Amino acid sequence: MSKKFNIDTVANAEATPGQALPWAELGLKENEYKRVEEILGRRPTGAELAMYSVMWSEHCSYKSSKVHLRQFGDKVTDAMKEHLLVGIGENAGVVDIGDGWAVTFKVESHNHPSFVEPYQGAATGVGGIVRDIISMGARPVAVMDPLRFGAIDHPDTARLVHGIVAGIGGYGNSLGLPNIGGEVVFDSVYQGNPLVNALAVGVLRHEDIRLANASGAGNRVVLFGARTGGDGIGGASVLASESFDSSKPSKRPAVQVGDPFAEKVLIECCLELFKASVVEGIQDLGAAGISCATSELASNGDGGMHVELTNVLLRDPSLTPGEILMSESQERMMAVVTPANVEAFEAIMDKWAVEYSWLGEVTGTGRLIIEWDGEKIVDVDPRTVAHEGPVYERPFHRPEWLDAVQADAFRPEQPADLREAVLELMASPNMCSKDWVTDQFDRYVQGNTALAMPDDAGVVRVDEETGLGVAISTDANGRYSYLNPYEGARLALAEAYRNVATSGAEPLAVTDCLNFGSPEDPEVMWQFVETVRGLADACQELGVPVTGGNVSLYNQTGGVAIHPTPVVGVLGVFDDVARRTPSGWREDGQAVYLLGTTAAELDGSEWANLRGHLGGKPPALDLTAERTLAAILVNCSRDGMIDAAHDLSEGGLAAGLSEMALRFGVGARIGLDEVCERDGIDAFTALFSESQARAVVSVPRSEEVRFNDMCTARNFPTMRIGVVDTENEALDVQGYFNLPIDQLREAHQGTLPKHFG
Amino acid sequence: MTVETPLIGGPQPVASNNEDSPLNGVKIGVVTFPGSLDDRDAVRAVRLAGGSAIHLWHGDHDLHDVDAVIIPGGFSYGDYLRAGAISRFAPLMEQITAAASGGADALPVLGICNGFQVLTEAHLLPGSMIKNNSLHFICRDQRLRVENAGTFWTSEYAQDEELVIPLKNQDGQFVADNRTLDELEGEGRVVFRYVDGNPNGSRRDIAGISNIAGNVVGLMPHPEHAVEAGFGPDSSARGEVGVRGGTDGLGIFTSVLKKLVG
Repeated sequence: MSKKFNIDTVANAEATPGQALPWAELGLKENEYKRVEEILGRRPTGAELAMYSVMWSEHCSYKSSKVHLRQFGDKVTDAMKEHLLVGIGENAGVVDIGDGWAVTFKVESHNHPSFVEPYQGAATGVGGIVRDIISMGARPVAVMDPLRFGAIDHPDTARLVHGIVAGIGGYGNSLGLPNIGGEVVFDSVYQGNPLVNALAVGVLRHEDIRLANASGAGNRVVLFGARTGGDGIGGASVLASESFDSSKPSKRPAVQVGDPFAEKVLIECCLELFKASVVEGIQDLGAAGISCATSELASNGDGGMHVELTNVLLRDPSLTPGEILMSESQERMMAVVTPANVEAFEAIMDKWAVEYSWLGEVTGTGRLIIEWDGEKIVDVDPRTVAHEGPVYERPFHRPEWLDAVQADAFRPEQPADLREAVLELMASPNMCSKDWVTDQFDRYVQGNTALAMPDDAGVVRVDEETGLGVAISTDANGRYSYLNPYEGARLALAEAYRNVATSGAEPLAVTDCLNFGSPEDPEVMWQFVETVRGLADACQELGVPVTGGNVSLYNQTGGVAIHPTPVVGVLGVFDDVARRTPSGWREDGQAVYLLGTTAAELDGSEWANLRGHLGGKPPALDLTAERTLAAILVNCSRDGMIDAAHDLSEGGLAAGLSEMALRFGVGARIGLDEVCERDGIDAFTALFSESQARAVVSVPRSEEVRFNDMCTARNFPTMRIGVVDTENEALDVQGYFNLPIDQLREAHQGTLPKHFG
Repeated sequence: MTVETPLIGGPQPVASNNEDSPLNGVKIGVVTFPGSLDDRDAVRAVRLAGGSAIHLWHGDHDLHDVDAVIIPGGFSYGDYLRAGAISRFAPLMEQITAAASGGADALPVLGICNGFQVLTEAHLLPGSMIKNNSLHFICRDQRLRVENAGTFWTSEYAQDEELVIPLKNQDGQFVADNRTLDELEGEGRVVFRYVDGNPNGSRRDIAGISNIAGNVVGLMPHPEHAVEAGFGPDSSARGEVGVRGGTDGLGIFTSVLKKLVG
């Protein structure tokens, strides 16, 4: 069958140096193609060109971002490394959470495929991140999805919302992974470029950590899982590394197609392989497929690799060698197995009815050799493919328009009726209930979910005996980042950190997905550079390291880029998840306290957004105050001093109080006068400002003295602003309005069903 | 420690939390198909109810002397063709079908969600499940009424007692022809009914049914996700509970254990 093709062998490449190759169509720049020729000392074969083009794509090589991302490593102190078992560079970072347990987590983007083909794009986004987690040797235990769509009433938004939500549910639910959180944001800047980020978290024992390397000459290389088909060819290079342009043909064939059943079986079969210790190294097949897996495994190992490509099991026998190397067919894994373990490996494959094929072996040559029916079609140093791609110092400069934007502060008109204003806020697309989305996701499976949406963080138990567990939250605010990308990144981290602490967990580590426009635009590049600098600085100040993540560039259509959107995920740990704090109060008579102070900070706020304004400066950030607030919240949870806690962020106190009341349908009587007097603000500002380092808690009467003493000892401003009231079934802000919970719920719940059915 | 799925080899019993419990001697098998998702949760539920759980593999030909069987939720074989349509041909299903059909002393079998779908495909229970009428996957805390407290799996409940347990599925709409439905009603074989709103269009609000002998029960909502305070629904039909404190589903598992002991 191999003879069907006119195979471009290495010998042929040497004999026909002048033959033209389609490097531009495959996404390579002229200088990059020249470099491939220099490295090889000849023109590449068709198969080699395919490999270099995908592996040197923006998506796989991080060529525009690499020089800046180094800060995440450079700014990590020894203290921050204390809990880090595996850092940046592997499939996902691994964090020690105690008692011999470790957690691995990572957030990635699947933005471009999800715009082109929403269901499959979103589904395979979940699939890809879950395989990264398995590759580390972990059992996946939860997923989360930070999502951004265009305007809620734009005709194309419903197509994307329906497809993407169904895709995430269809895939994640079928894997048996609880979906415990995420975000849903609507903003017209994402109209042509929705953001579909997917986070997964996995759990493992320290000794189970697996890495992606192929070592030990004579060890066998095996590809297992789904067969290789023609889907996703060039997904990484021609889809994720280019802007959309309406004049070009549809890119739908570049999107992969997912089969969650195959992935579920793959998870169980991989865990069994790990338990039986029959794999030496393992790598999932994601972007760039076999090109990536072979070159990364070989270059991370101690020798080379020899592969016979006709051994690959195909869904479509007409695929060319180049297409086989580039295919991004899902649900595939590659592993390195010692000859002694071959039989045990095959027994586990047979048990789970997973197809596999032995492709070749690890060699001592230092070369990656790929043959097609015995004829050499690839002969490269794997490092030049996987790690030594081009690195660009792209030009960047601060946009000239930014001064005018920052000078344009928001001067809100006082709403005539604060009650109506709160209802308007809570029914708005970004603040409304997301139940319509999250009710399509399974949050129960695995039986360890201690908190999920709409609480501040998702919480899962890791150890059933001790209750040891983790909390995760993801946050980003594109409007803040637009106004000031350095501060926007820091604010995103602060919010995720605060959310995790609000649930009661000690923040430990960070993952990020940096979503931006085209790096070839110096102004976008500046936003990116400022974001990375801000995030790395803030991580250092809060003492939490970035363990891994992903960069998604070219999120722009025509000349319009998205707001810079750094999605930041923070992972925290609980000694016992039984101590987690929910985001709503329940007990009559408990005191309601506001932690932190409020200034007139409405620029970039949700209220400003509702009034169509975006200008000025984002809220001021004090990371020392954030650390103190987090320490108070974690201690309160540990010592049982609070029964409810909710952080204040988008929508300010108005949103915070509303959400706390809605959580269990229990009202409260709130007084704002003392806060207004202390902070020198009016009631509107107290309710709608988005000042940072704030949270609302409910404190049992018996704990009030202890609670106040602790806040005083830490010199953190607190104020008793009200009392929980189970009788009235209303949010009663005394002197301003009384809002029955039923009415608030109706406004809050109605928005998404109204738009999406 | 987290309970893992078994490796190759024989099934390993997972002992109950309370080794002195008289129920500990009862062995409940939980079947794992490729694509089963709530199998480990069902094992945990048996353990929390005081029994011993045993993992059973779909390809096995031996029931390993279990006293009862749970077919858990999930998407066995990816729900390809139809939910449950392929699983019914698993070697272990032949054993289960034979053992469950033996009259009064027959093997108690509970099918949850996908397990219920498997039981209808295996003709141990009548009717069938089609896509929810909303066409969406639905995950929510669902109120049910126990319509028959006389089965192997419901004897710990009072007749007409209400429960709150999680519902989560895509193909949860129970359908059957009117004659079958009338028969089910007339013979007291409607075991659970949805109350406070029908979530998926199921005929006559039916959430769960049994065979004539009452040893085989299928239900769409997931009792195994309402067995442990802190990890269940936020509410209970029995009154105020703590956050995620609902444990209304535990009675399903204690029912069969007590029936088998006593």
